[in-house]
Amino acid sequence: MILIINICKEKLHYYEFVKPIEDILRYKDIKFFTKPYNELTKRDLKKTKKVIICGTSIYDNEFLENCPDFDWLLNFNKPVLGICGGMHLIGTVFGNKTHTKKTLLKKKTEIGFYNEKFEEDFLGLIGEKEVYHLHNYYVRFGKDFLIFTGGKCAQAIKHREREIYGVLFHPEVRNKDLITNFCFL
Amino acid sequence: MKLGILFSGGKDSNYAAYLAKKEGYSIGCLISIISENNESFMFHTPSISAVEKQAEAMKIPIVIVKTKGEKEKELRDLKKAIKIAIDRYKIEGIVTGAVESVYQASRIQKICNTLNIECFNPLWQKNQLELLGDLIRNKFEVIIVGVFAYPLDSSWLGKKIDYNFIDEIKKLNHKYRIDPAGEGGEFETFVLNSPLFNKKLEIKEYKDYGEKNSWRREIKIE
Repeated sequence: MILIINICKEKLHYYEFVKPIEDILRYKDIKFFTKPYNELTKRDLKKTKKVIICGTSIYDNEFLENCPDFDWLLNFNKPVLGICGGMHLIGTVFGNKTHTKKTLLKKKTEIGFYNEKFEEDFLGLIGEKEVYHLHNYYVRFGKDFLIFTGGKCAQAIKHREREIYGVLFHPEVRNKDLITNFCFL
Repeated sequence: MKLGILFSGGKDSNYAAYLAKKEGYSIGCLISIISENNESFMFHTPSISAVEKQAEAMKIPIVIVKTKGEKEKELRDLKKAIKIAIDRYKIEGIVTGAVESVYQASRIQKICNTLNIECFNPLWQKNQLELLGDLIRNKFEVIIVGVFAYPLDSSWLGKKIDYNFIDEIKKLNHKYRIDPAGEGGEFETFVLNSPLFNKKLEIKEYKDYGEKNSWRREIKIE
């Protein structure tokens, strides 16, 4: 069972950022349940095998004000995949004990298709791949994380010691296999 | 939050408007771009002039901006239309009916980003057969007003989207790779009735233009 975490404040964003991921899992017969981040319980985290934290729109950033709601990530021992906003959260929770976003999030707007070079295999992506971006910020990750792409803006990361993954792009648009590869880890 | 619907009169923008309303958002206005270029990459063109009748049926104001439909100019005209909607109706976000087109969606996203407003794409990546089924289940009355791919021809103009249509389009998808919801530009639609309409629209007259596998129907509403 996979837990999908919805970080959208705006209800209408569910259809754009959460449902496409649910559809990918449904198509592959992967069992899942979806919860808004501010309604998560210890029981939810206990019963799931893996967690996907979905993204949201570039103006829907309330979740970043509520980073302490994600403190459970610090001691969670199951695989996690953060997508865009989900990656911002991973960077912020692991990188800054005061949970202020300003020090870690750097401004960079990218919207549309871009080619990114994956220097090592990242959940099935290797070499130059076309990915879909929709973000105004990226995270400056610390030494606890491996970065799989070139350039100053980390596109794909993994915690050095734990199964915690993050992507800045939206794999639900052009790289759907990345999501199923994560589910089948 | 008060939203503007980027509105072509077809099934996708109508269904996106329905979802916005269903999720509790207030619809401040519809925004339509009338392109003089029938080959526009951005905007749906057949029967676009009938959108005012749809707006009346929904009792929602509409902002209409005309464009020559040249590639980058039509984006400037879209931005102009959104600015008018922000000033006149105080909208704080745009809703689009984009399903697969990154060309369309990313350009609209960029415009919204520069205007500091939200952009919602509630049909984004939606399975096309699921979309057709949702339209039928929610009692949308949708007809075909344009066909632009082999083997679709003039006999498809006026056809309703119903379960028979889904059966036929599935076969064409299998044999000719026609996208079931016309995402590849294979066909265009017009909505005559939806849960947001206060009355059903009746076609007073129509005229068909085209040849072979490229046809458009211009309709006049009573």
